[in-house]
Amino acid sequence: MTAVAEQTGAWLESFTRQQPAAPWLQDLRNAAFQRFTELGFPTTHDEEWRFTNVAPIARTNFVQVGRALACPPEAQPYLGKYAPFDHHAFVALNTAFLEDVTYIHIPRGQVVEQPIQIAYDAPSGVAHPRTLIVVGPDAHCTIVETYSGTGSYFTNAVTEIVAGSGSVVDHYKVQRESPSAFHIGVMFASLGRSANFSATCISLGGALVRNEVSATLAEGTDATLNGLYLVNGTQHVDNHTSIDHAQPHGTSHELYKGILDGKASAVFNGRIIVRKDAQKTDSKQTNKNLVLSDEAVIDTKPELQIFADDVRCTHGATIGQLDAESLFYLQSRGIGKQDARSLLTYAFAQDIIDRIKVQSLRDSLERVLFEKFHERAH
Amino acid sequence: MALLEIKNLHATVGDREILKGIDLTVNCGEVHAIMGPNGSGKSTLAQVLAGRELYVVTGGEVIYDGKDLLAMPPEDRAREGIFLAFQYPVEIPGVSNMYFLKAALNAIRKHRGLDELDAMDFLALVKDRMKLLEMDQVLLNRAVNTGFSGGEKKRNEIFQMAVLEPKLAILDETDSGLDIDALRAVAEGVNALRSPDRAMIVVTHYQRLLNYIVPDYVHVLAEGRIVKSGGKELALELEESGYAGLGIEDVEEAVGKV
Repeated sequence: MTAVAEQTGAWLESFTRQQPAAPWLQDLRNAAFQRFTELGFPTTHDEEWRFTNVAPIARTNFVQVGRALACPPEAQPYLGKYAPFDHHAFVALNTAFLEDVTYIHIPRGQVVEQPIQIAYDAPSGVAHPRTLIVVGPDAHCTIVETYSGTGSYFTNAVTEIVAGSGSVVDHYKVQRESPSAFHIGVMFASLGRSANFSATCISLGGALVRNEVSATLAEGTDATLNGLYLVNGTQHVDNHTSIDHAQPHGTSHELYKGILDGKASAVFNGRIIVRKDAQKTDSKQTNKNLVLSDEAVIDTKPELQIFADDVRCTHGATIGQLDAESLFYLQSRGIGKQDARSLLTYAFAQDIIDRIKVQSLRDSLERVLFEKFHERAH
Repeated sequence: MALLEIKNLHATVGDREILKGIDLTVNCGEVHAIMGPNGSGKSTLAQVLAGRELYVVTGGEVIYDGKDLLAMPPEDRAREGIFLAFQYPVEIPGVSNMYFLKAALNAIRKHRGLDELDAMDFLALVKDRMKLLEMDQVLLNRAVNTGFSGGEKKRNEIFQMAVLEPKLAILDETDSGLDIDALRAVAEGVNALRSPDRAMIVVTHYQRLLNYIVPDYVHVLAEGRIVKSGGKELALELEESGYAGLGIEDVEEAVGKV
């Protein structure tokens, strides 16, 4: 048996035990599983996975709890069309095990004021949460996706977003998996003309985590990608983002901030593609990292592929410690050293939290962060 | 008993000796001005007293309120009543002025065995002290010193002092970067805080500030030592003859920046 076959063999058994689905869906599953067996799990020899070793996932035999099939037929025109599995083993695996699809459809022109909450609480073993969000032209909505669980398990999530022209979509992902969980979460967003889209990824939990956000922009689309990742102990969190300026006059802003402590490691890889026709593109990418220990490691890499000539693209990455002058200033006012450290760490994260438009989410994250840093300080 | 007693204090930064034997005694109720050209060690002295780790004390001792000051970390010095108004107040994005000041005040109160102030009492105190400095209340809700003008930063320092009510206030070049109106407002704030229970050390390059904050004593610092001490008239003397009149080279004047 080849190495790939060895890894995928265990999955074959689960795959064949699945309840059959409607023909269109079963075809999709079959194609995806076929592709998965060809690809196998990525290794650190793959450039895309250079800093993230998924061997702990590949060598584990997860228990797969079969769930009731719940995929509305209306999802057919969209499902799997925006999250390609040709080159992505985890997307292929998710698609092969499609069961329970969370399908949200906001019709043309409809404005949904209340945030739509999607909470994925992981079962033991493995789960392949699938979310499909279709927003019609000129419709508005806010989605909050939360991932949590207890014990050891593997969450392999895929989210597809289709945002119509002139729509306004704010998406938040809050990853609060258990400390021993594996989490691979991939999001693909296809954004229409003049759509206004934001994706915020808050990554707090998990042992081995990969967050991917890919957005394809049309003419005049405005996209904002924000992220905050906190790692401690031996956690590893990898953030891969890709912004594809396919057409002219698009704007993208990206700000990812990381706080690293203990022996943890993190990755930021920000790809920006500006296609030949995408003139007048305006793109800004920033990655800032606060490293609190000597043993934490961050790998940050911008990846700009620019084929148009009349564009503005800037990128920058920083890696730093807490500012000694700021610490002294706080201490000189009577604030203890550890409290001063936690206050400054909190302030670093605050920048991202302040940009969250959902008040209740902002409040709850503020509390979580405050406790987290306070606990570290004492 | 003196509030502050500095004896033969030596301090270095890197391998450069900045303070080369400072002796100074300050009693409650007194205002001491420390003047001197740039590079004389004025700011170093201020920072050493506040506990900045960048400077290494290599000799001498400092007794504050009967205690060994140099053995205390910066936060304990503040809790014991020392306050340094920074020459360059630090911008701290993400931390609101209000939160920062409340945390500071309550840390100090706790150390002194007092109850922590609740939000209402704290707000009342803060509003009262803001009037003293003619400060815009909007600044309270902004991040610490972030986006403040030079004048607003200096006012914010004295405002913090008014809230924290120190026993010994050290003002490091509080006049630098202030226009005349801001200078007057800041000086009035400082004067309002003069009290028989409180001492102040006013560090400045120019005599100008001392027109507004009239000191009891003036000390001239040069090359890490106090070379002359006197009453308030010494400042006027310096104004007329310059540091050169005392045979001291003023680096700033020498390069013609004045």
